[in-house]
Amino acid sequence: MARHLASHVAQLVATLLVATAAIFVLLRVLPGDPAVVALGIEASPEALAAWRAEHGTDGTLVAQYLEWVGGLLTGDLGTSYVTSQELTPLVADRVQVTGILVLLGMLIALVVAVPVGTLAAVWHRNAGGVTLSTVSQVGVAVPNFLVGVLLVALFAVRLGWLPSGGWVAPVEGFGEFWRHVLLPAVALGSVQAAIITRYVRSAVLEIMREDFLRTARAKGLTFTGALVRHGLRNAGVPIVTVVGVQIASMLIGAVVIERVFAVPGLGSLLLDSVGNRDLLAVQSIVAVLVVLVVLLNFLVDLAYTLLDPRLRRAS
Amino acid sequence: MQILTRRRAVGAVVALTTAALVAACSAGSGEDTGGARTDVVVGLTGEPTNLDFTTTSGSAIPQLLMNNVYEGLVTIDQEGEVQPQLAESWEVNGDRTVYTFTLHDGVTFSDGSSFTANDVVASIDRVKEDWTLSLKSKMDVVKKAEATSDTEVAVTLKHPSNAWLFDMGTSVGAMFPDDLSADLATETVGTGPYTVEEVATGEHIRLAARDDYWGEAPAIPEVTVRYFADANAQANAVRAGDIDMAYNLQTPDLLDGLEQDESLQVIDGTSNGEVLLALNNAAPPFDDLRVRRAILYAIDRKAVLDTAWAGHGELVGSMVPPTDPYYQDLTDAYPYDPDKARELLAEAGAEDLSITFDVPTRPYAEAVAQVVVSQLADVGIDATIVPAEFPAVWLDKVFTEHDYQMSVILHTEARDMLTIFGDPDYYIGYDNPRLAQAAEKADQASPDQYVAGMQEVARMIVDDAASAPLFLFPNTVVAAAGLEGVAANATTESMDLTGLRWSDG
Repeated sequence: MARHLASHVAQLVATLLVATAAIFVLLRVLPGDPAVVALGIEASPEALAAWRAEHGTDGTLVAQYLEWVGGLLTGDLGTSYVTSQELTPLVADRVQVTGILVLLGMLIALVVAVPVGTLAAVWHRNAGGVTLSTVSQVGVAVPNFLVGVLLVALFAVRLGWLPSGGWVAPVEGFGEFWRHVLLPAVALGSVQAAIITRYVRSAVLEIMREDFLRTARAKGLTFTGALVRHGLRNAGVPIVTVVGVQIASMLIGAVVIERVFAVPGLGSLLLDSVGNRDLLAVQSIVAVLVVLVVLLNFLVDLAYTLLDPRLRRAS
Repeated sequence: MQILTRRRAVGAVVALTTAALVAACSAGSGEDTGGARTDVVVGLTGEPTNLDFTTTSGSAIPQLLMNNVYEGLVTIDQEGEVQPQLAESWEVNGDRTVYTFTLHDGVTFSDGSSFTANDVVASIDRVKEDWTLSLKSKMDVVKKAEATSDTEVAVTLKHPSNAWLFDMGTSVGAMFPDDLSADLATETVGTGPYTVEEVATGEHIRLAARDDYWGEAPAIPEVTVRYFADANAQANAVRAGDIDMAYNLQTPDLLDGLEQDESLQVIDGTSNGEVLLALNNAAPPFDDLRVRRAILYAIDRKAVLDTAWAGHGELVGSMVPPTDPYYQDLTDAYPYDPDKARELLAEAGAEDLSITFDVPTRPYAEAVAQVVVSQLADVGIDATIVPAEFPAVWLDKVFTEHDYQMSVILHTEARDMLTIFGDPDYYIGYDNPRLAQAAEKADQASPDQYVAGMQEVARMIVDDAASAPLFLFPNTVVAAAGLEGVAANATTESMDLTGLRWSDG
């Protein structure tokens, strides 16, 4: 466990170094002067110079980079160029909002995908399985913002059951929190459900050809019993892999849903910050994302060892 | 070899998940759309980046704060007229260079200090000294401001100015305490009926009515202004009743549906925002008057308005909206005439002209650009759209570097004709020395001559086809049917919320 952790920490540090350096350089190549964007078209040249001095964007790139990385190590992301807000609490807040949305979306996706994908595999020779497979195929093709817009049109505008958007933190009222989070989570989860259904189906199909399943049946288990007790668990490894990858992409991919539902998430903050050339905010968000993704991979690794005892010994 | 046991692994996963969930419980911060009619929820696109309009440009900050949180000696009403606000009255001397303002008694700032003549002097001086925006030049005409008593201020101008008193009703005229110590980016100290109660970045800003406001208290004690990144989300929110008013709606296609909804009222207010097809007068091919004129004849502005903005808005021939005192109808100066355009192009030797068209990434600009490109193609001009990310890239390339041929942008500032065309170094690059003289003469003349003089200036710009104003942007407001006192005319940058009230029904 300790070695496992150590290797992950080393990986995290290496990834962070590469990622921070890359994002730092790339952002400075982008056209657009942050001073002009912050102060706007009416700013005088003296004001621009004063701004650059205050925010250190007139220093050398190496000095700017070192100052930023130094802050990162102490958990201080600095102050936004544009809003003058402290970035650490702002980013932490947004990470939580997006985290809740993504995890709930994934939960919904799994609750749908695991049984549907399994059924599609088991019934792969008859009409039911083909139908499920086709529906999931179509689902993969539907963009999630379209699902979002349709959900709003039906449940918020026409029926008026749920709000069309916005966000209420769980501490501020659990009922209101659920009313606000439901539609975006469903919109996010439904497309993921379709994607994961495809993976579950092919993983289960694979398993169904395995010898151990026949052995289990020979020992007297029913087909369903064998599948549930032995099959799904073995199908779990590829499914967990794809869930990990999907969660990582949803952290930023959720921005489309965040915009449709006016949810103040991490992706929205990143997009606004890029638009405002709030370089410090962009760098910081990307750095946080790198940490999250590496952490996610660590959790996926843990899940492998849970699902497949052979992997524990192999490590 | 360390073996990771299942129990340990489960423990780790559970611990991490629990930690995430516990942390998540304080995530975000919410808004409270309620049925109680002591509040109102207003939806906007375009969020202020901070609260300090003295050092941060853009209309989002004064839009929210002027009249609601900050006030001036005077204010501009819904018809574009100057009205008293913190000044009870004022007198102008014979040669119109000294304005003597009498202030209201008993006015206090939101920090409790009282508003006196010294604050007025300090606020005017601060514009000249501490403001960093070029907007501050509007105060250049002031020679000195003196407190002649606690409630009387004499402002001496270098020369008579018709524009100055109007400008005092915009953000440069905002009154701050003389011993200002607050960080204006995060705190506000104004004399207005509301204070900023809460700023939730990316979500909303909440205003609360002060109980010690000097004037008539607003009917609605709590106003939440929600900001939407997506214009459709704003429209959906008002349709679903999540917000009570969508101000400056950016989705003209949806207006038909909204107009049929009986629980809503749709008001097309006026604005100062002209959508301008900007031509770079300083570079080929638009340094040639004939080519510029050809562009103006080639464009069917009615078709542009109908296609790009569903016909909502008003056609204008110059940068002067009808709410300005010196408005004149110049819409017929360049009637749609493709033949004439082709003729002019041939005359200039510019047949088969190819140009680039820098289009900022804004919905109105993208919509307008498509129509303009197809109309220009009709007269043989091949315009290639180059998307310019707004604001960053557009500001850098077009506005600062002047590295463009044609662009399209919404100019929202009130009375901005001279800002845009009066300075040869501005991005339009329109250089007409006679214009500056005429403008100066007009500003110093009597009010009647001012109107005539400014009309002459507008005609000069139109004659020279310096650029092509396409249409006046509507300030479309969609509000719940029961909401009264909606100030839909954006005569300045301010969105005045102080008159809102719920009908009794």
